[in-house]
Amino acid sequence: MSGSDPKTEIIETDLLVIGGGTGGPMAAIKAKEANPKLRVLVMEKANVKRSGAISMGMDGLNNAVVPGYATPEQYVKEITVANDGIVHQKAVMAYATGSFPMIQYLDKLGVKFEKDGSGEYNMRKVHHMGTYVLPMPEGHNVKKVLYRQLRRLQVAVTNRYMATRLLKGPDGAIAGAVGVNTRTGEFLVVRAKAVVLACGAAGRLGLPASGYMFGTYENAANCGDGYAMAYHAGAELANLECYQINPLIKDYNGPSCAYVTGPFGGFTANNKGDRFIECDYWSGQMMLEFWRELQSGNGPVYLKMDHLAEETISEIETILHTNERPSRGRFHERRGNDYRKRPVEMHISEIGFCSGHSASGVWVDETARTTIPGLYAVGDMASVPHNYMLGAFVNGGIAGADAAEYCAGVDLPAYDEGFLKAEQERVLAPTRRGDGLTPFEMEFKTRRLVNDYLEPPKVTAKMEIAQRRFAEIRDDLSELCARDPHELLRALEMQTILDCADMAAAASLYRTESRWGFYHLRVDHPETDNENWYCHTMLYKDEQGRMSHRKREIDPYVVPVEEEEMAAYHQLRVKTPVAAE
Amino acid sequence: MPIITQAKSAAVVVDEAKCIAEKGCTVCVDVCPLDILAIDEGRKKAYMKYDECWYCMPCEADCPTGAVKVNIPYLLR
Repeated sequence: MSGSDPKTEIIETDLLVIGGGTGGPMAAIKAKEANPKLRVLVMEKANVKRSGAISMGMDGLNNAVVPGYATPEQYVKEITVANDGIVHQKAVMAYATGSFPMIQYLDKLGVKFEKDGSGEYNMRKVHHMGTYVLPMPEGHNVKKVLYRQLRRLQVAVTNRYMATRLLKGPDGAIAGAVGVNTRTGEFLVVRAKAVVLACGAAGRLGLPASGYMFGTYENAANCGDGYAMAYHAGAELANLECYQINPLIKDYNGPSCAYVTGPFGGFTANNKGDRFIECDYWSGQMMLEFWRELQSGNGPVYLKMDHLAEETISEIETILHTNERPSRGRFHERRGNDYRKRPVEMHISEIGFCSGHSASGVWVDETARTTIPGLYAVGDMASVPHNYMLGAFVNGGIAGADAAEYCAGVDLPAYDEGFLKAEQERVLAPTRRGDGLTPFEMEFKTRRLVNDYLEPPKVTAKMEIAQRRFAEIRDDLSELCARDPHELLRALEMQTILDCADMAAAASLYRTESRWGFYHLRVDHPETDNENWYCHTMLYKDEQGRMSHRKREIDPYVVPVEEEEMAAYHQLRVKTPVAAE
Repeated sequence: MPIITQAKSAAVVVDEAKCIAEKGCTVCVDVCPLDILAIDEGRKKAYMKYDECWYCMPCEADCPTGAVKVNIPYLLR
């Protein structure tokens, strides 16, 4: 790439949605349905047809609030308890009440959910308390359904553009975003009245134990762009120390998946074939028990199915090997793993940020608004806990409808041309160098240090070393070299990952207690300290550009939770281990 | 520092007898979330250009002629 002036196209829209995976398309769809005249553009780093966490569909809804099985109040209580009380209940309630209407909407569009003989949804129990799982054995077509609806509603789409920074107007409201084409290096500046961030998890934060950088749980394209953009724009991010850490198929690093197999009788077992946790629903406490079992000499931990009947196993295979991560079957085949004969070896994943399964993210209220006027966040990167795919759809829909209304009340803001020039220079800097350090090695080193120093159990002195080492890598950015647009994409992602690593360290150091089981287990602050830390922790960039923190009080609950109920998720370990069969 | 290149094995394999990239097909390249596939300008066939595969399989599922096979990357097998 040469050092000439960047090619730049500037376009205008009303609503810009950044990210075309799950929540993003739904935000665009619901904005268009609210106001068909609204100009809506989806900017996608890959291709909307197959991008994001559900590129190959989904094998089930993990948090469906279906009348007759659960009420929104029960769901809000369960999620509050599973997250040690640190939740913005109004946002969880907004999700819970929108859950069933969204299932019906998706059903109408052609997404297939499991139903019984009388056409009722076939709900299953996986959570500790309530019944929220709805299988999708034919859930491989979700992206096709979304894409068809985007086309029908004439939503504009730009594929292969990576958004790099948000633009703001003179009054601090959102004014659009800067994008760069990952195949040509050309810029697309989108001026907009409102922006929905839907960029997915920070899934390339820790390094998988295999050492393979793209062997992540999350779609590896979801590397935390949304967190970094929100941070640099001045938005607040909540509870980032509540990491995502998942129990996954060892080496394959994908879900095994207990939510699918649990209702059929499969379960998580130790090397004796014994059950050691009462509930396979992913929570910090569940991960703590998983980690303890690995430490105890009873490891490895397995997903056990070899006691099930042949018809059951065939059904499980069909679901797991055709949806979400279909290459699971290929992995097992090569290893000689057969669910009938041998349990599947599992392991603890590397760390990441993802509210889909955890509780951290860009702070949003019950209307998906961030702390910046006109900026919304949805899906895995927004702070609504345990949101999964259905949460991305519901909150995406909420954001789209609210943003449509917001757009009606504002004019297109001006943006700072000096900021745009500086951003273009930052983006292109790695392309101005003939040699230096590659994005690959700078990313590898950052993520290796994340494993070495940030993984729980968290130790203060180690996290401080991490901060020093990350600062050294930041200095090395002056040598980062990208020889073509693809390497530029990775160079920009690497900087996003470094931002997220710094946020993970700073957020973890700020909360001087232990909470959320394994997710924030601080060895030198082992107790949960409700007196000082029963609050959200907010991380933001202050006026001097420093990473700063503040506490945010938890809003009064809309669903009260009794003291003794609050401890339900703390008693996950099976009391006296019993034989599996 | 000067940059060097190193050999890697390709997890995504394209059957060139079946690949119809010479007719203008770019489906596998279009759908890859990590943008790791490309069309070889000389041979006019699709190939895996970057060792950044998430083994997610849209390339294989969407290929109109069944030319693409996704293998689990060696480091994970």
